[in-house]
Amino acid sequence: MKLNRFFKIIFLSEFIKGIFIAIKEIFSKKKTINYPFEKGKISPRFRGEHALRRYPNGEERCIACKLCEAVCPAQAITIENEERSDGSRKTTRYDIDMLKCIYCGLCEESCPVDAIVQGPNFEFSTETREELYYNKEKLLENGDRWESVLAENIKLDKPYR
Amino acid sequence: METFLQIYNETYKILLLLVPILVSVALIVWFDRRVWGFVQKRKGPNVVGPFGLFQTLADALKYIFKEIIIPASANKIVFILAPIITMTLALSAWAVIPLSDKMVISDINVGILYIFAISSLSVYGIIMGGWASNSKYPFLGAIRSAAQMVSYEVSIGIIIINVLLCVGSLNLKDIVMAQQNLWFVVPLFPMFVVFFISALAETNRPPFDLPEAEAELVAGYQTEYSGMMYAMFWLGEYANILLLCALGSILFLGGWLSPVDIYPLNAIPGIFWMIFKILILFFMFALIKAIVPRYRYDQLMRLGWKIFLPFSLIYVVLTASFLVYFDLLPK
Repeated sequence: MKLNRFFKIIFLSEFIKGIFIAIKEIFSKKKTINYPFEKGKISPRFRGEHALRRYPNGEERCIACKLCEAVCPAQAITIENEERSDGSRKTTRYDIDMLKCIYCGLCEESCPVDAIVQGPNFEFSTETREELYYNKEKLLENGDRWESVLAENIKLDKPYR
Repeated sequence: METFLQIYNETYKILLLLVPILVSVALIVWFDRRVWGFVQKRKGPNVVGPFGLFQTLADALKYIFKEIIIPASANKIVFILAPIITMTLALSAWAVIPLSDKMVISDINVGILYIFAISSLSVYGIIMGGWASNSKYPFLGAIRSAAQMVSYEVSIGIIIINVLLCVGSLNLKDIVMAQQNLWFVVPLFPMFVVFFISALAETNRPPFDLPEAEAELVAGYQTEYSGMMYAMFWLGEYANILLLCALGSILFLGGWLSPVDIYPLNAIPGIFWMIFKILILFFMFALIKAIVPRYRYDQLMRLGWKIFLPFSLIYVVLTASFLVYFDLLPK
């Protein structure tokens, strides 16, 4: 046993084995993807940038129940509401501080009408902090922009809810 | 006028050697990172230029425009001098390396001793950098580096004695020409392996990169350096690696000689074979960097003093007695 080990050390057998493994790996397929040009697949449950959705007739989904505001562990959401002329309760203010947000997805889970959702977009870095204090217009605009993807993702995830 | 012409000629020759070396250092850094990435199933730098070839140039540009920070408690003169010395020494050793039978700047008779002297001096750059930083991590890194380079130079020196016994001359050209029939890698194969490993230690490459062990010493003697001064340390280091690859191919792999002396192979110019052999050796350097973990410091010292030194000494005795017994000593 000891002699065996001695010969192993003298002839550097493990180094040579390692070199052959390394040469084999050089020709193997690479795991890296060229990020800005190609992107990895993301799950329909991915928790990215927030969006407020609308019904197909253009009406906002949000009913200002404030469940998301209550559940938010980082207290990043601020909501104010008022009764509209037709008697329905709607938000007048819906702010998310994207810098406080920890992207836990609890707001999306708590929402009874699927109004606030977290979309697949994760590339929304900005040059100033102010741009990351999202207000209602910005969130609704996100919802309009990503609506097709958001609806698809909710449909895919439906059986597991 | 005559002196002026001579100076012009010499400068021209030196630039013709140094510029390609600096460019190839840039390419070799790219090659190193690329091989390292490929072994780890990554792609390595591949964005700047074709296959990412210009990555190092982009890095160099970044270093040039960065601010050079000199610590308040540092010894300014020595601090600035250290990277200059490292790079100058690494490049000046190239003066005697013959790239083919005619391409050599100074064909001196003690070429190998010159290289040996210069590479021993290169430890000064590191010690000066580490000491002048006046900070504990650079200092520790410099001490380690000095001890490491001194101990492995001893075994490299004795390996070179092996080769010189077979050649009978200190001239690098003669060393290559003596290998026309048989490359020294065949009879002296164990010495080639020991030389290769010592060269790794001599240039602070993994698994012997203790002087800049990032887990323990931040970046060793380079910790306090920034901008172009850091880049000069880097350039010097890679020029040194290339130098030892060139030395390895001259001592053991027949320099600019083609592997077999038959028509299509020996028609290729010698410089091509030289570069090819340097690249093969450097490829091994890069592979080793990718596969091995770092040695512990006492293991490093044990390997140098208790294994390589006696082993190469015994081999000197063996080579000498073999040559004397069969009357093969070079005249």
